[in-house]
Amino acid sequence: MNKRFFIILITFLFAAFINAQDDIYPAPQQKGTFYITNATIHVGTGTVINNGTIKITDGKIAQVGTNISISGGEVFDAKGKQVYPGLILPETDLGLKEIANAVRGSNDYQELGEWNPNVQSAVAYNTDSKIINTLKANGILLANVAPTGSLIAGSSSTVQLDAWNWEDALYKRNTSMEFYMPSLINRRNRFGGGFFGQQQPQIDPVKEGLDKIEEVKKFFREAKAYSQEATHRETNLKFEALKPIFEKKEKLFVHADVVKQLLVAVDFVKEFGIDVVIIGGSESWQIANLLKQNNISVILSREFRLPETEDEDIDQPFKTPYMLKQAGVLFALNDDHDEARYRNLAFNAGQTVPYGLSKEEALQAITLNPAKILGIDDRTGSIEEGKDANIVITEGDILDMRSSIVDAAFIQGRKVSLENKQTQLYNRYMTKYGLK
Amino acid sequence: MRRLKFLAGLGALLACLLSNAQVTFPVNGVADPRTGCYAFTNATIVKDGQATLSKATLVIRDGKITAVGTNASVPKDAVVINCSGKYIYPSLIDIYTDYGIPQPQRSQPAGAGGFFAPQQFASNTKGAYGWNQAIRSEVNAADIFTVDDKAAKALRDIGFGSVLTHQKDGIARGTGAFVTLANEKENLVMVKNKASAHYSFSKGTSTQSYPGSMMGSVALLRQTYLDAQWYKGRPAKEGENISLQAWNDEQSLPQIFDANDKWSDTRADRIGDEFGVQYIIKAGGNEYQRITDIAATKAPFILSLNFPQAQEVDDPNDAKYVSLSDLKHWELAPTNPAAFEKANIPFAFTAADLKDSKQFWTNLRKAIEYGLSESKAFDALTKTPASWLGVDDKVGSLDEGKLANFLITTGPLFNEKTTIIENWVQGDKYAVKEDAWTNITGTYNLVLNMPGGPVNYTLDVKNSTTANVIAKDTLTGKFSYDGKLVKLSFSTTPSHRPQGQMGQGGFGGRGGASIRLSGVNNGDIWQGTGVDTVGNSLTWTATFIKATEPIDSSKRKFPLRLGKITYPFGAYGWDTLPHQQNLLIRNATVWTNEKEGILQNTDVLVKNGKIAQIGKNLSDASAKAIDGTGQYLAPGIIDEHSHIAAFSINEGAQSVTSEVRIGDNLNPEDINIYRQLSGGVTSSHILHGSANTIGGQTQLIKLRWGVNDEDLKFKGADPFIKFALGENVKRTASTQGNTRYPDTRMGVEEVQMDAFARAADYQKQMKEAEQSNKKKGGDAQMSVRRDLKLDALVEIMNGKRFITCHSYVQSEITELMRVAEKFGFKVNTFTHILEGYKVADKMKAHGANASTFSDWWAYKLEVQDAIAYNPAIMVKEGLNVCINSDDAEQARRLNQEAAKSVKYGGLTEEEAFKMVTLNPAKALHVDDKVGSIKVGKDADLVLWSDNPLSIYARANKTIVDGIVYFDRDRDKELRKQISADRNRIIQKMIAEGSNNPTGVTPSRPSLQLVLHCEDYEHNDGLFETDDVNEINSQNQ
Repeated sequence: MNKRFFIILITFLFAAFINAQDDIYPAPQQKGTFYITNATIHVGTGTVINNGTIKITDGKIAQVGTNISISGGEVFDAKGKQVYPGLILPETDLGLKEIANAVRGSNDYQELGEWNPNVQSAVAYNTDSKIINTLKANGILLANVAPTGSLIAGSSSTVQLDAWNWEDALYKRNTSMEFYMPSLINRRNRFGGGFFGQQQPQIDPVKEGLDKIEEVKKFFREAKAYSQEATHRETNLKFEALKPIFEKKEKLFVHADVVKQLLVAVDFVKEFGIDVVIIGGSESWQIANLLKQNNISVILSREFRLPETEDEDIDQPFKTPYMLKQAGVLFALNDDHDEARYRNLAFNAGQTVPYGLSKEEALQAITLNPAKILGIDDRTGSIEEGKDANIVITEGDILDMRSSIVDAAFIQGRKVSLENKQTQLYNRYMTKYGLK
Repeated sequence: MRRLKFLAGLGALLACLLSNAQVTFPVNGVADPRTGCYAFTNATIVKDGQATLSKATLVIRDGKITAVGTNASVPKDAVVINCSGKYIYPSLIDIYTDYGIPQPQRSQPAGAGGFFAPQQFASNTKGAYGWNQAIRSEVNAADIFTVDDKAAKALRDIGFGSVLTHQKDGIARGTGAFVTLANEKENLVMVKNKASAHYSFSKGTSTQSYPGSMMGSVALLRQTYLDAQWYKGRPAKEGENISLQAWNDEQSLPQIFDANDKWSDTRADRIGDEFGVQYIIKAGGNEYQRITDIAATKAPFILSLNFPQAQEVDDPNDAKYVSLSDLKHWELAPTNPAAFEKANIPFAFTAADLKDSKQFWTNLRKAIEYGLSESKAFDALTKTPASWLGVDDKVGSLDEGKLANFLITTGPLFNEKTTIIENWVQGDKYAVKEDAWTNITGTYNLVLNMPGGPVNYTLDVKNSTTANVIAKDTLTGKFSYDGKLVKLSFSTTPSHRPQGQMGQGGFGGRGGASIRLSGVNNGDIWQGTGVDTVGNSLTWTATFIKATEPIDSSKRKFPLRLGKITYPFGAYGWDTLPHQQNLLIRNATVWTNEKEGILQNTDVLVKNGKIAQIGKNLSDASAKAIDGTGQYLAPGIIDEHSHIAAFSINEGAQSVTSEVRIGDNLNPEDINIYRQLSGGVTSSHILHGSANTIGGQTQLIKLRWGVNDEDLKFKGADPFIKFALGENVKRTASTQGNTRYPDTRMGVEEVQMDAFARAADYQKQMKEAEQSNKKKGGDAQMSVRRDLKLDALVEIMNGKRFITCHSYVQSEITELMRVAEKFGFKVNTFTHILEGYKVADKMKAHGANASTFSDWWAYKLEVQDAIAYNPAIMVKEGLNVCINSDDAEQARRLNQEAAKSVKYGGLTEEEAFKMVTLNPAKALHVDDKVGSIKVGKDADLVLWSDNPLSIYARANKTIVDGIVYFDRDRDKELRKQISADRNRIIQKMIAEGSNNPTGVTPSRPSLQLVLHCEDYEHNDGLFETDDVNEINSQNQ
C-alpha cells in the first residue's frame, strides 16, 4: 500500500478523534475501608448471598457475608441491586487493535512471520484505547490481551482496565503462549480450483497442516532441550520465550476448533507435560471427556455464532457450554465480536442459560472460570475474602440486556469511571436536542 | 523441423486421397474417386425409437443411406457385410459439445473482479463490437471449428456420430455448428453452419468487471435484448455494432441456455418469457429436486449424465462436513432423467460434462436402472436433438437420404453386455471394437502339428485376453486376441497354483518351458505357426467347437431404496410443504404493538392466514388449538437489512447498478432462513450490498421455508432500491488502490447528481418520443434506448420506488437528503445510519426512516462515532427507528438487539420491541399487512418462551401466513431424522466405495454461502464462504 495514503489516513485519524474522552481519569489507589451493603451478592462460585455486605480494605475484599458490622468508612447501599465479581475477557486484542481491520496504523496485534514466541502483547497495549472504557461500562474489568498470528504468535498478558499506562495495567505478565494450530480440514485452497483450465496441483491441506504441527513439536523439543542448559553459547530469544511454558509458569493457548486439531493438542500435554488451553473449540463438545481426562480447559470464542455446518443443530453453539460442564471440563466464555467490540461478554453468558447452564454457572464462565484458566483466581474471579475488590454493581440481571445496567464498578477497590466516548457523545446530543 | 513438415504434408496428402474428394480442391496425384457403396445384410435394424426391422438390409452410398428395409436390394457394386446377429442403430447425437472448438483464453490472469481488486471498465475485445466483453454473439462456431480426430474418436467410441458444437464462453456465446465426427475436411463434416445460438449466466473468460454477479448477468441479458431491439432502427449514435447485429441475426435459431442448476433454469426461463424466447435449457442435474417448477417452464432440457461420485466417508471426522444435501444428491442424482420423463418434460442427453467419456454408458444404464425408459433414453440421443436443431432430415434415424451415421453393435444398445463394434460416420467405417465382430468365447479343438505328429488340446476362450488350455490338467499360459491376430503361449506341465483361469499377466512361471503360438483368425478356424518347448517349429489350428453356455450373470437386482426429496433439499426440509391451517392460540401474553399494548391471558384466532380475532375465551371448531399458557405471542420480527437467501449480493462493477435486482437470484434453500425462523424472524428485506453509490433493487421476502424463489417474495410490497455512501462506495479498503469513480464523498454526491440528471432527461425524452409516436402511430420505444438503469431511477423520482441507503457519517446523510430534495423525492430509509443521532432533527424534517445496528462500532474509520445510544436518541427525536441485522447470525436474535436500547438510552420495552417489528413494517410500507397483532393483518406470529426482549426467550413456534414454519418440537424430531438419513446414506456410500474403489473421491466439506455487505471484518465460519465460485470449484 501507498505510503502517502497511509500518512493521510493516520493524520486524519488523529485530527478527527484524538480529543475524545481525555477527561476520563483512571481512579486513584484505594486506601482504607468501605462497604457495599444490602446487596444480592453473586459470589462467582455458584453461591448467592441475599442482603449481604462486602467489606473492602486497601483494595482487597476483607469480608463477605450477612453479619458484617459496619464501623467507619464509606457505605454503598446496594439495596435492590445485584453485585457481581468483575467480568474477565479471557482472550482479546483489546488495546492492540483500535479500528478493526480498516486502519492499519491503529493495529498492533499481529507480527510478521510464523515463529514469534518472543513477541509480548504487554508492551503494545494501549491504555488510551477508546474501546476499553466501553467495556468497563458493561462490567468487564480485566482482560487477557493476546497477539494473534498464523502459528506461534507470542505471549499474552492480563490487564486491569483502569490504568494510565501498560505497566500500571499489568495484572499478570505473560499469561499464555498463543499457538494457532494449522487447519486440519480438507477445504481446498479457494484459488486452486482453476476455473479456466489453470489447474494447479492441489496440496492436501490436512497433510500440510500435520507437517506444520510436526515442525512446531520439533521446535518445542529443541526449546525444551535448550532450557535444560544453564548458560548458552548463543542466545536464542525464541527458545528463551518458551521456557516459562515448560516451567508451567505460562500456559499454551492452542487456537483450534475441529476434533482432529483437538486430538493433536492432547499430544502437547502428553509429550511436553505443559498446561494446554483450547481457544475456539467449536467442536470441543464432541470430545469433552478426553479433554477432561487430559486436564485441558477451553475458552469458547463466542456464543453468538452460527452452527459450523448446515446440518448441525441450530443451537449447537448455545448448548456447547452445557455439554462441557456436564463432562467436567473447565471452560470460559469469550466475546471476540469485531463489530460490537467485545462489550457483550455478559450476554454471551446469558445466551447459554435457556440451553442448560444455570445463571450462576453462566456467570462463573465469565468470572471465576477464566480467572482459573488465566491463573489469577488467587486474586480475582469471585467475591471472596482476600481477593482483589474487583466488583460490579448493576440494577438488574447482568446477563440479560433488559436489565444489565451497570451502576458502579470497582477495580482493586478503586471506584472506576463508567464514562466513555459513547456516553459523552450521548450527552452531547441529548443536550443538542434538549432531551436531558 | 523439416521432417515434421514433411510428415504433416504427407498426412494431408493421405487425408486428401482417402477422403471423399471435395470438388473445388485440386488433387496432388492421381484421383481416387470412391462411392463407398456398402450393403449391411441380415441385421436387426433399429431405424428409430419406433421401428425395428429384423433380417434387414441397409445400403449406403456416397456417405448417405440409399435403402433400408427387409426387402432392400443389394446393388451390384456394393460391398456386402453380413451382419447376422448384429444390430444397427442410428448413431447418437450430442447437442452440447465444444468439439473442435479452441479453448477460450483469458486475456489476463484470473482473480480480477474481487471486492477490493482494481476494475476493468471497458471490454478488451478489439473491434466494432458491443460494450461488454461477455456478450460474444459475434462468435460463430463454424468460423473457429477444426476437426479434432482424437476428440472425435472419444465420442465415436461411445456411439456418437454427430454433435452440436459451440464455444462455451461468455454470457452470449454466439452460434453453434452441427457437425459429424468424421475425420474429413471441415467443409465436409459441417452439416449445419449456424444451427443454434447460445447463452449462459457465466461471463467466462471476460476480464471486464461487469457483470460481477448473478443478478448482473441477468440484467446484462435483459438490457442486451432491449438494446438489440433498439439497434434494429440503426440508431446513428451507436454506429456499427457487430455484436448487436449478430444477436439479432441469431434470434431465429434454436436458443440454448446453459443454466446448469434448478434455480438458474427457472431464472433463465423467466428472462425468456419476458422477451418471447423459449430456451432449450442445459440442466444442472439437480432438477429432480424441484421437478414441478422445472415442468412449469415448459422448456425442453439438455441433461448431463454427470452424477456425483461417492466420497470417502469412512473417517467420521471428515464425513460430518459433507452435508445431508450433498449426500442426498449423490444418492438421487441418477433419478434426474427419470424425473423428467415422468413429468413429461422433453429432454436430450449430453456427454459433455463427463470427466471421462467412458462413464457415459455406465451412467446412462444407471439412469435406466433408476427409472428411465430405454425408448426415452434412445430418443434423447437421436431424434429429439435432431428435431430441435432442424437436422432430423439428415440424422437421428436410419432412413433413405439421411447421412450414413450408424452403429453396429453386438446386441440391443442398452444391454449391459452389448458392445459397439463399429461406428460409421458419413459412410466411413470407424472401428470401435473390431474383435467383437465374432464372439470368440467358447471351446476350440487346438491341434499342434509337432514333429512327432499332431497333439490335441482343448482351448477354452473366456474373452479376448483370457483362455485356458486343457489337456489332462488346465495349463498356465498367456492369451491375447485383437480381432485378427491370436497369440498363445502355455507350459505343457501344470503350475502349482490352484486350477483356475489364466490371465494375460498370470504366467505361473513354475511350469517350465512353454509352447508359443502365433496366428490369425480365419473365421471359425484359427491357424498359424509356433515354436515348441525345445525350439522346433510347428503349425497349429484351432477349430471352433461350441460357444460357452451363457451363465446368467446378470446382476441380482435389488429393489432401489432411495431417500425422499425434501423441500428444501437437505437438512430441516419438509417431506411435503405445509398447508395453511386455522389456528387458535390460547391463553398467551399477547404483545400487540397496537394501542391495546400487552394483553394478558388472551387468545388469538388465525383464519386463512390472517388474524381473525383477538380476545378471551375464543373458540372456533375449524381451528387447531395451540396452548400459549405461560408463553408470549408477538408479531414476527422484520429484518430491514439482510443478505441471506441470495446467490449474489453485490454488483460492484459500476458506481450505478440500479438495473440489477436481488429478486433475480433468490436462494430459497439457504439454511439461514430456517435458523432465522428459529429466532422469530418472519420477513427479511434482502438488500444489495454497499459496493457502489447506487446499488441494486432489493427484495422483501417472507421466510416461507421450503417454497420456491418466486413464492418467497413478499407479494404486493412497494419496490425498494439500495443506495450507499462513504467508505465502501469509495472503495477505501481496496488493497490495490481505487480506480472507480468516486474516491471521495464529494464524488459520491456527483455520482448521484449525474445519475438523476440523466434519469430526468431520459424521462423527458421518453415522454416526447411517446407523444410524437402517438401522432405517427409508430413504436414508442424505438427512438429512445430503453435503459434499465434509468428506468429504476425514474421510478424513484416518481415515488414508485424507494431508497434504503447505507450511510454512516452525518455529512453524507445530509448531502443525500439535499440531492433527493433537488429532484423532488425523499430518501425513504437510512440504513446503518450510525451517526443518525447527530442529524436526527434533519432526518425528521426530511421524513426519512432510520434502520441501525444496536451496538456496532469501531470496525472502520467512519464508525468511530457510532454509539449504542443512537436508536434511543432517534426514537426520542420522533423518528421511525428500526434495528437491523446485516448479518445472518445476528438476525436470529434481533429481539435481543432491540432490548439493548432499554439498556442504552432507556426506551420502554414496547418501544424497543417495535424497532424490530412494527417500525420496519412502516419503513417498508407493509404495516397494513404485518408488524402488529391486529385483526385483518397477516398471521406472522411468534410464540416466545419468555418476555420477547429477554435473552432467555426462545421462539417455540414461528408462524408465517398462518403456517407454522418453525416448531421447536418438530425441530427435535428433524434432528433425529437428519442423523438417521446421514447415517443411512454414509453407509451406502461406504458400501459403494468398497465395490468400486476407483469411483470414489476424497471427501469434500460442503461449504455454505454467506453473503454480507462486505462492510466489516467478517469472521467466516469454518465452512462459510462469500464466493459462489469457491463452492463450484469445490464441487469440480
